[in-house]
Amino acid sequence: MTCKDTPDLVQAYADGELSGDQADALEAHLRDCADCTRLVEAQRGWQRTVRAGMTRFAAPDRLRARLAVALTEADEAIEAPPRQRAGWRPLAMAASLAFAVVASSGLTAYFTLPNEQDRMLDNVVSGHVRSLMANHLTDVPSSDQHTVKPWFHGRIDLAPPVDDLAPQGYKLVGGRLDYLDRQPAAALVYQRREHPINLFVVAAPTPAAGESKAGDGKSGDITSLSERGYNVLHWSAGGMAFWAVSDLDLGELKEFARLYQARSVAPPS
Amino acid sequence: MVEQARLRRFNEIAVPHLDAAYNLARWLTRNEHDAEDVVQEAYLRAFKFFDGYRGGDARAWILKIVRHTCFTWLARNRPAEVVARDDEEHEERTVAAQGAAPNDPETLLLQRLDSELLNRLIDKLSTPYREILVLREIEDLSYREIAEVLALPIGTVMSRLARAREKLQRAARGSVTPRLVK
Repeated sequence: MTCKDTPDLVQAYADGELSGDQADALEAHLRDCADCTRLVEAQRGWQRTVRAGMTRFAAPDRLRARLAVALTEADEAIEAPPRQRAGWRPLAMAASLAFAVVASSGLTAYFTLPNEQDRMLDNVVSGHVRSLMANHLTDVPSSDQHTVKPWFHGRIDLAPPVDDLAPQGYKLVGGRLDYLDRQPAAALVYQRREHPINLFVVAAPTPAAGESKAGDGKSGDITSLSERGYNVLHWSAGGMAFWAVSDLDLGELKEFARLYQARSVAPPS
Repeated sequence: MVEQARLRRFNEIAVPHLDAAYNLARWLTRNEHDAEDVVQEAYLRAFKFFDGYRGGDARAWILKIVRHTCFTWLARNRPAEVVARDDEEHEERTVAAQGAAPNDPETLLLQRLDSELLNRLIDKLSTPYREILVLREIEDLSYREIAEVLALPIGTVMSRLARAREKLQRAARGSVTPRLVK
């Protein structure tokens, strides 16, 4: 190895891409040659500067959220053609579009459409799945109710009760801001063993024309539903609608709902 | 549930590389909104052809698709940017792989080269040089991985990388030197 071989090898050497033999030979030469050593040092210094200085752009959460929605829909389209779903597919697409609009512009729109509960159910389950796969379960990871509750303040126009139910086996994991059916939702995340529970809280829908029943005010009866293999419980209280969703079995999810309701009997707001 | 298994597997394999995917798209399109569109399109495409993924380097696989989607997108939306490539390729072939041979005032140069200026200079490089710097210096891909993403022989990867670094250094010298002579 002589000085004239060095320039061809410097880059690969500095990148750690020379074979062992070549690297050994070059290093042996470098020990005797100050000029070539300078060359290598300069190359390394340059690469360090570039590496330290180049910006790595991180994928925005907005992208994660909309990608999760798009993938879920693509998956359904691939695996589950028409079925009886034909009726709501355009709605789901509209909802995801609206989601993107809402998420990017802060615009909110509220439309009264038929099958409100079905639509919400679908949204709740999609929201749950999305939170798990986008690896974005919590915005504020904390088991401390006094951290999670104030976190929502100023982010959403709701103050849902937040209670850690760890002693009863339902550990509070954190909170997250989400969108369900074009409206902002507070998501409280609990965990039972390995099973995450998303408890979505949205402002209770204003009763549609012709519909006399208002869901708020009464310490709501629990409606149990299921969709795509997930159990979903729904109730209303204090002007808010609650949707609990998990892959837990129905019995345990009901226990969770009752515990949560019992703890929030006297809502602080 | 078949559908969930497939989607879950895809999420385990592809979603961890979302930052790398977005970063590449962001550098190639030079625009955050376009980068988001491109990445979403690329991921949907990757998901569609997921059954064809036979294991191996998931990051290289996804970056290859992102890159391809980027170029399709650029050709459709900004055709002017894609045209210039042939000249560069030609020039590249005539320049042998030679490590940049920096000389002494380099140290001074490096001190003056702040991150903002550096990013601006890289932004001005043509696409093949910009992308290879992103893959090597930010994503820390090996020559072999870069060769896979760019579908090029390793020798070409090495010469293009050397060329990219040389171009960047020359640009840096050009923009910093006037300031050195006060």
